[in-house]
Amino acid sequence: MVNLQINGKNVQAREGEMLLAVIKRLGINIPAQCQHEAIEPTGNCRLCMVEITREDWGGWKKCVTSCLYPVEEGLIVETHNDKLFEIRKTILDLQLARSPHSEYLQKMAEEYGLEKSSYPVEPDGDNCIMCYACTRICELLGKSAISPTQRGHNKIIAGPFGEAPPDCIGCLSCAHICPTDHIKWNDEGDIRTIWNKNFNLITCKKCGGKTITREFADYLIEKRSLPPAYFDLCDKCKRHETAIKMGSLVIKAREAAI
Amino acid sequence: MKIDTISKLDKWRKECHKKQLAIKTKVLVCLGPGCLAGGSDQIYEEFLKILEKKNIDNISVESIKKTGCHGFCARGPLVVIEPQGIFYSKVKKTDVAEIIEKTLLKGELIDKLLYKDPGTGTTYTEWRKIPFYERQQKIALRNVGQIDPDAIEDYIAVGGYAALAKVLKGMRPAEVIEQLTKSGLRGRGGAGFLTGRKWATCAKAESDIRYVLCNGDEGDPGAFMDRCIMEGDPHTVLEGMIICAFAVGSTEGYIYVREEYPLAVVNLQKAIDEARNYGLLGDDILGSGLCFDVKISKGGGAFVCGESSALMKSVAGEIGEPRAKYVRSVLKGLHDKPTVLNNVESFANIPVIIEKGADWFASIGTKKSTGTKAFSLAGKIRNTGLIEVPMGITLREIIYDIGGGVLDNREFKAVQTGGPSGGCLPAAKLDLQVDFDTLTENGSMMGSGGMVVMDDQNCMVDVARYFLNFLVEESCGKCVPCREGLYQLHNLCKKICDGEATDDDLRLMEDLSRTIVSASLCGLGQSGPNPFLSTIMYFRDEYMAHIRDKKCPGGVCKSLITYRINADCDGCMACLTVCTSDAITGEKKKRHVIDEIKCNRCGACYAVCNVNAIDII
Repeated sequence: MVNLQINGKNVQAREGEMLLAVIKRLGINIPAQCQHEAIEPTGNCRLCMVEITREDWGGWKKCVTSCLYPVEEGLIVETHNDKLFEIRKTILDLQLARSPHSEYLQKMAEEYGLEKSSYPVEPDGDNCIMCYACTRICELLGKSAISPTQRGHNKIIAGPFGEAPPDCIGCLSCAHICPTDHIKWNDEGDIRTIWNKNFNLITCKKCGGKTITREFADYLIEKRSLPPAYFDLCDKCKRHETAIKMGSLVIKAREAAI
Repeated sequence: MKIDTISKLDKWRKECHKKQLAIKTKVLVCLGPGCLAGGSDQIYEEFLKILEKKNIDNISVESIKKTGCHGFCARGPLVVIEPQGIFYSKVKKTDVAEIIEKTLLKGELIDKLLYKDPGTGTTYTEWRKIPFYERQQKIALRNVGQIDPDAIEDYIAVGGYAALAKVLKGMRPAEVIEQLTKSGLRGRGGAGFLTGRKWATCAKAESDIRYVLCNGDEGDPGAFMDRCIMEGDPHTVLEGMIICAFAVGSTEGYIYVREEYPLAVVNLQKAIDEARNYGLLGDDILGSGLCFDVKISKGGGAFVCGESSALMKSVAGEIGEPRAKYVRSVLKGLHDKPTVLNNVESFANIPVIIEKGADWFASIGTKKSTGTKAFSLAGKIRNTGLIEVPMGITLREIIYDIGGGVLDNREFKAVQTGGPSGGCLPAAKLDLQVDFDTLTENGSMMGSGGMVVMDDQNCMVDVARYFLNFLVEESCGKCVPCREGLYQLHNLCKKICDGEATDDDLRLMEDLSRTIVSASLCGLGQSGPNPFLSTIMYFRDEYMAHIRDKKCPGGVCKSLITYRINADCDGCMACLTVCTSDAITGEKKKRHVIDEIKCNRCGACYAVCNVNAIDII
């Protein structure tokens, strides 16, 4: 166990744990946009910054992103002060100029007393906050179909050469993890569209309902060694079939007992 | 031929040396970036062409050597004749025949090609006596401009790989690191971290594999020191890396070079191939059992890839974006393995430190910044070029004694050190010592060694805007403060240049800079607001003139200036002809007039006027 101090309180943490996890466990509320329990932290948003020092640093302090900073014995952490407030407010202020229509950002900014950005807003600005959650989850799935491309203010998340990503399997992980609902997809009939790529959805053999994309099904069958017919039925029909099977087994067992 | 023992290396060195001595007269043609741009490759070819036809006593094709950058770029193309050290500047292809006829055959000097100091009027024959060279001390650049970078024999003849032999013959890895630590060498890439300490940490790190990386990314506008070392003396970089590999226990190394340095890539590759052929790289180096090989990794030229963690990602084939370095790259670097990353110039210093000893190196420079530093002098300075000076020398000595002062004797305004992330120091700071700590204390930094001089015709707000724009374009865009913060900072700075800013905008810039500095992920963002912060620190007046008086004192910001023709106009019609917006009217020998509404402030008239009849108001 590692002993450290957070906001004046002595705390114990597991070796290798990141500061943010410990802070959250204590019920302390600090904003963090790019951090998500499913993926490795990258420190893009800088909102979870805290100020750290040590007894032997002679009063010297530094700001670090708590999502990436591993706990250390004797560390003294401050999660809220004027400097950190200014950093968080300025970051939200900057984001609000780039993505003025994002409700997610507006709500966060309100907490810092920001109604509108101090900078000229981009009226056509999209809601992408460049947190990389989508690209990280895609990479984790072993696909890396989308990635950050270009540089600086012009950076966007896209498929290779800005075209429909050949490696995308239409699993929607990126869209589901996106904190600002920026990534749009559409299911129409048996066609799913995401990242300008069309997929065929599997039709349930029983009820005719639409399930997942053929590519995603093949991916899961391979990764989890599932039987090839596993996705022939939708979840509901599968549950229904299992219930009937279970019921008949129980009846058979009862008959056998008599 | 494999050089598989140290005694074979010594024998080979004697042979190389003898061969060099046999060449009585050497003609060194500088093929550095500046001279090459001036056509020095054609000069070199011309020498060969004429000498192939002629049979001249003592002078053969072998006498003509192409070298890396000799340093005095402002006077290029350069041809130096050794052993006399005759220095011919601004040489043209058509001068070659005359140089052969007069100087090489008859020993006569060609006056028009000799360097005449514009300040004192003195004409110099020998390059070592020229003030530009006299004040310098060369360690990292010792061979650049003196040897043919293509020929390993040249490097061997001047003592190449002798430091490696010394290390392999009788030093333990810990002793090498101790020597380096004692020498006080600090990283020449800019941050100034103690090289010995870095190596020691890497050597101690538990791992099955360790990497040695050389940072040749050099992205600062106006900087070309590392380029000149890689182009002009590639073997010294390799030797430094092999010594490092021995000290830290590494078997694999990479040199990261930007693809915009094609000649550096070619010369380094040739050096690697030759070193491998002779057994100086690869398995069992010099029969010592040391195994180490080097590969070149070419970068696409993104500025951020000079940052250590981004560089390592780029080498690994990933997107060149930095990561937070709470676990330092010396412990968890390339492929998450312990990695030593040093700059080209740092590696170039290593062989000399090993050969001459730590105490000798530490006696040069200041106590906390030992040794020398290479700089590239650029901007409004008379003697643009590549220099190497002992640490602790003042800015004034560099700019006036070596650099020859401001171009056209104009008034000095500022010098930028440390590239875009560095800062601009004003005339009042000219007597500052150039070392790592003094520059940082004064709001600038050493950086990799770019030095850009500005005169009274530079606008400091415009300079800040220019470098902020550079950083906006080069920001990788991963973290918010750098991506969005620098973008907004640049927009606000542009607003000042356009004369549309208020005092509130300036305050917003100062507040914003604070957050960018403390919240950005990597060094690029953390030092990103420096172009603004250092100019507002020393040139607040200029900012206020733009904001309150709507004037640009440097006469640069187009929205705030007007071109007017004064009474000195002799009616030569030159300005009228070059005007790009048909804004100038007038007759021959009569004073011309500029229509301020039509004028697009391109400055073409100002540049062409020979009688200073155009005022910028």
